[in-house]
Amino acid sequence: MTDLSVDLGFLKLKNPVIAASGTFGYGLELAPFIDLNQLGGIVTKGLYFNPRPGNPPPRLAETPMGLINAIGLQGIGVKRFSEEILPQLKKYEPAVIVNVCGESEEEYVSVVDFLSQKEGISAFELNISCPNVKKGGLCPALDPKETFSVVSSVKKTSSFPIITKLSPNVTNIEEIALSAQEAGSDGISLVNTFLAMAVDVKTRKPKLDNLFGGLSGPAIKPIALRMVYQVASRVNIPVIGMGGIMSGNDALEFLIAGAKAIEVGTANLVDPEATLKIIQELKDYCKKNGIEKIEEIVGTLVS
Amino acid sequence: MIKDPQALIMRKESWEDYYLLSLQSPDIANQAKPGQFTMVKVTAQPYPLLRRPFSIHSREKENIEIFFQKKGVGTTILAQKEINDSLDILGPLGKGFRVDPGLKGKTVFLVGGGRGIAPLYFLAEELAAIGASVKIFYGTKSLSDLCLKDKFEKKGFELFYSTEDGTLGFKGLVSDLLKAELQNLIPEYIYSCGPELMMKKIAQIAADKKISSEFSLESLMGCGFGICWSCVRRIRKDGEETWLKICEEGPVFSKEEIIW
Repeated sequence: MTDLSVDLGFLKLKNPVIAASGTFGYGLELAPFIDLNQLGGIVTKGLYFNPRPGNPPPRLAETPMGLINAIGLQGIGVKRFSEEILPQLKKYEPAVIVNVCGESEEEYVSVVDFLSQKEGISAFELNISCPNVKKGGLCPALDPKETFSVVSSVKKTSSFPIITKLSPNVTNIEEIALSAQEAGSDGISLVNTFLAMAVDVKTRKPKLDNLFGGLSGPAIKPIALRMVYQVASRVNIPVIGMGGIMSGNDALEFLIAGAKAIEVGTANLVDPEATLKIIQELKDYCKKNGIEKIEEIVGTLVS
Repeated sequence: MIKDPQALIMRKESWEDYYLLSLQSPDIANQAKPGQFTMVKVTAQPYPLLRRPFSIHSREKENIEIFFQKKGVGTTILAQKEINDSLDILGPLGKGFRVDPGLKGKTVFLVGGGRGIAPLYFLAEELAAIGASVKIFYGTKSLSDLCLKDKFEKKGFELFYSTEDGTLGFKGLVSDLLKAELQNLIPEYIYSCGPELMMKKIAQIAADKKISSEFSLESLMGCGFGICWSCVRRIRKDGEETWLKICEEGPVFSKEEIIW
């Protein structure tokens, strides 16, 4: 039997495969169709304190090997989440990681404060990096000082471990990652989507109402992988890698590059069974290559 | 929702840019209701990445049919598929049309424009099965686009045609044809699917005449099963206007719910 479990220090996962925020609803939507208990973890759709309407459509543009989204974090807010979703979600085995959003540092803190009093949460993933909310995609993850500030404030308030989710839309990703680490983040996840746009040449209008959105999918995988490698090589807290992972092979690339766990995003939209398929492919790889424990391959890039 | 990774193409028909594929998928066929749709991966290759939504055009025992127009990358690939190829599909998805047994013995109008005729065949069959008197208004640009004319006629439905160029039936828009026909007969219910502007006009006509009506909306979709929140539409529900997911809450909405 291959041991697929991974230990992030602050969190043990039965396997390294986590459903990424915004591509798996609040976690329960797919429960009737797939066996959620097979997953290592589930990151919920991003939560602001209050419900949010999200952006007007069109919110999606498909591009070669990827898609650009500007959903605008439409969501139900912390109250409904903790009353309607969390009590159900915690009955399942995967780690429940709540993706936390905020328009201000105070809002991040208030979301974390509110949810810290609830049961059934394994960790928070701080979304300081969503590029599709405002035009221009400004967010704390673009600046090391702002990253430090928001992470340290949240850390003081939180009863649960903090995973800081970084934006790839920066010149020096390592600097931001080190800021998050210094501020007390328990882990780092990256990458969020790449700020992007698409144009309809017939109408000459942007394909997204929001003009800009976040590019995800296989198109970004090589760049995401490079950034995960850079960050994992610099920080000493666990790194969760993501960006266009569609297969077990993709997941293995991130693990070898230094990620302790991985998140699967866009693949869920194409195939609701994508996470399960990836877990199976990881098992098959380990079996075929005589790997007893998947953690053995983390950060084993041969130079 | 059922995932059928290998729905076999049993039959293919084509007319210039329009195509009909019959897919063997017993479980999906068994559960399907008129107005629901299926998400089709048009290729096993990674490009294009996303599935494409197609309404369920008909159900024949263990097969479902999709009817589509070749327009973009996805439908161009799909149009090249042949009998005995298989497709990875998800379905049935969404909420369909309301087929109320109370419509037995009543007249219903089904109004389809262009490829929007697709879901109305399945609906017509189900309404006929409960004993409703089904009249179909089928509008296109030209006679050559009226691909499903023979298919509907074979089933014995009463048909009213409009073409914008006047090559068959009423010359003009199907909404004007409907308006004219409403002078003779007021139906219990109007169901419609087609271009946005057409449906908007029909909703207005139905509102003026106080006829209950439902519309099947089209949208770009990321997933088709409610997790990506891409396909939203402004909808009035419980007195509130919100962005609702077409894939999950629709694609069929009543005229009162849709904000045009």
